[in-house]
Amino acid sequence: MTDKPNPLTTQEVARAVASQSDPAPADASIKIRARDVDFFYGQKQVLQGISMDVRERKITALIGPSGCGKTTFLRILNRMYETVKHARAEGEVVLDTDNIFELPLPNLRRRVGMVFQKPNPFPKSIFENVAYGPRVHGLANGARLAEMVEQSLRGAALWDEVKDSLQKSAFSLSGGQQQRLSIARALAIDPEVLLLDEPCSALDPISTAKIEELLFTIETRCTLVIVTHNMAQAARVADYTSFFLMGKLVEFNDTKTVFTNPAKKETEDYITGRFG
Amino acid sequence: MNRLTWRKWVNVVMSAVTALCALVAVAPLLFVLGLLVVKGASSLNWAFFTKLPVPVGETGGGIANAIAGSGQLLLLAALFGVPLGVLGGIYLSEFGGWAVPFFVRYAADLLVTVPSIVIGIFAYAVVVLPVGHFSALAGGFALGVMLLPMVVTNTEQFLRTVPVWLREGSLALGAGHWKTIVSVVVPAGLQGILTGILLGLARVAGETAPLIFTAFNNSYWNRGWNQPISSLPYMIWIYGISAYDDWHRQAWAAALVLLGLVLLVNVLSRLVLARGMAARKAT
Repeated sequence: MTDKPNPLTTQEVARAVASQSDPAPADASIKIRARDVDFFYGQKQVLQGISMDVRERKITALIGPSGCGKTTFLRILNRMYETVKHARAEGEVVLDTDNIFELPLPNLRRRVGMVFQKPNPFPKSIFENVAYGPRVHGLANGARLAEMVEQSLRGAALWDEVKDSLQKSAFSLSGGQQQRLSIARALAIDPEVLLLDEPCSALDPISTAKIEELLFTIETRCTLVIVTHNMAQAARVADYTSFFLMGKLVEFNDTKTVFTNPAKKETEDYITGRFG
Repeated sequence: MNRLTWRKWVNVVMSAVTALCALVAVAPLLFVLGLLVVKGASSLNWAFFTKLPVPVGETGGGIANAIAGSGQLLLLAALFGVPLGVLGGIYLSEFGGWAVPFFVRYAADLLVTVPSIVIGIFAYAVVVLPVGHFSALAGGFALGVMLLPMVVTNTEQFLRTVPVWLREGSLALGAGHWKTIVSVVVPAGLQGILTGILLGLARVAGETAPLIFTAFNNSYWNRGWNQPISSLPYMIWIYGISAYDDWHRQAWAAALVLLGLVLLVNVLSRLVLARGMAARKAT
């Protein structure tokens, strides 16, 4: 259900961006620092010299046409690319003060969670889905675990809908609910960063709106990085926006500036729909 | 005849021809079932299922020990073939490398084609000779060897159908490879794995040749895993080639029982599997 990004009229952009709060102060601390990141599938280079900062407790959107490398870059941040043979990342990515390539994987993924494009609940009950992460990391059991599950489900705005049916299979939920379950599952281990890979592209507009609202509440406890095909969504939701094109980071700035006063011509062309 | 009519008739004729061919393909099963019902149904009664065989000339014997024996042999076969087979299937599906998985897969494929009588002789050499007598254990071992490659191949096949994004969901939460396999991948593929095991058991339930050299036969209740044991296929064979009409009658009935059980397991397994797949697809 991915579609071409809608060309926004200047008025739409202005409206969307104006509905946000003021752009973040320039000294908001940096949660993830990427410098000169290159990425290869075998011999083929897919990302070139990506350098950007992800600011703490802000929403950073990665936008760009299909195949530009934004999802590839996202998946570097929690080293998910390592499941693919011959995939190789070079460069520097630092989470707070830790080099992510040297962190043990379970630690990295505890701190940097991920929500995927297609809701992917486990074939288990709703409760067990959310409890999976805490169980894996040995965070809690018994009553404390039940509390964590409830908190996470509340944090994903799903608790009221499922509190009486926690033992039901996760497959009994609708698509939008399953995606919120995936978010609850990711929140259950209290990550510092949450990566979202086009989380709404498989959902209807109402579910999409619910999740976008949710992102604002999660932002208060978590740094968010979201890949989106939907420029309007980036304009609605993100504090910062990165524009990727053909494996390169063309422009990175606060969302208002990127959409109303882009520095590069390619950015302007993309945003106004001259290509997609 | 104009072109349109011609095409319409071609459609009708070819539909009929292919339907007929399909029926012909299924016909042997229907014939076998029909013949068994005609010849054997009249002998089915409660005594048949619950009594032991009696000497020729006496009436009222049954196949109770053969049914129980088959059950025990299948249990042994499962104990031997299922854990090894499932773990082997997990290895082939989840762990990489080129050479070892290739050879394991190839060996499993070859093992399935080994004639069952050869497996019987193998079990004879490995279990019966050292111990000095026939036993249920030897029979179970032989059937287990036959079951093993089927379980391996089936398990691998169903684990491969578990989608990548399901595994990634687990990995992204910080779970390790083995934890992901045990907690997510295997439960997701479990229905298919279990169905494959049931179908495999149904298949080896009817094997006679491996039992000739291993479990042998027992006209009485089996007295222990280390003793010869009766089984349905064996009993059908012995009674079928005998000279006695009464035994022939019982063989027909026993064959009907065996086929009935096998078909029942097959149909039920496939139904359960189909429902499971439909439930997953609906989400």
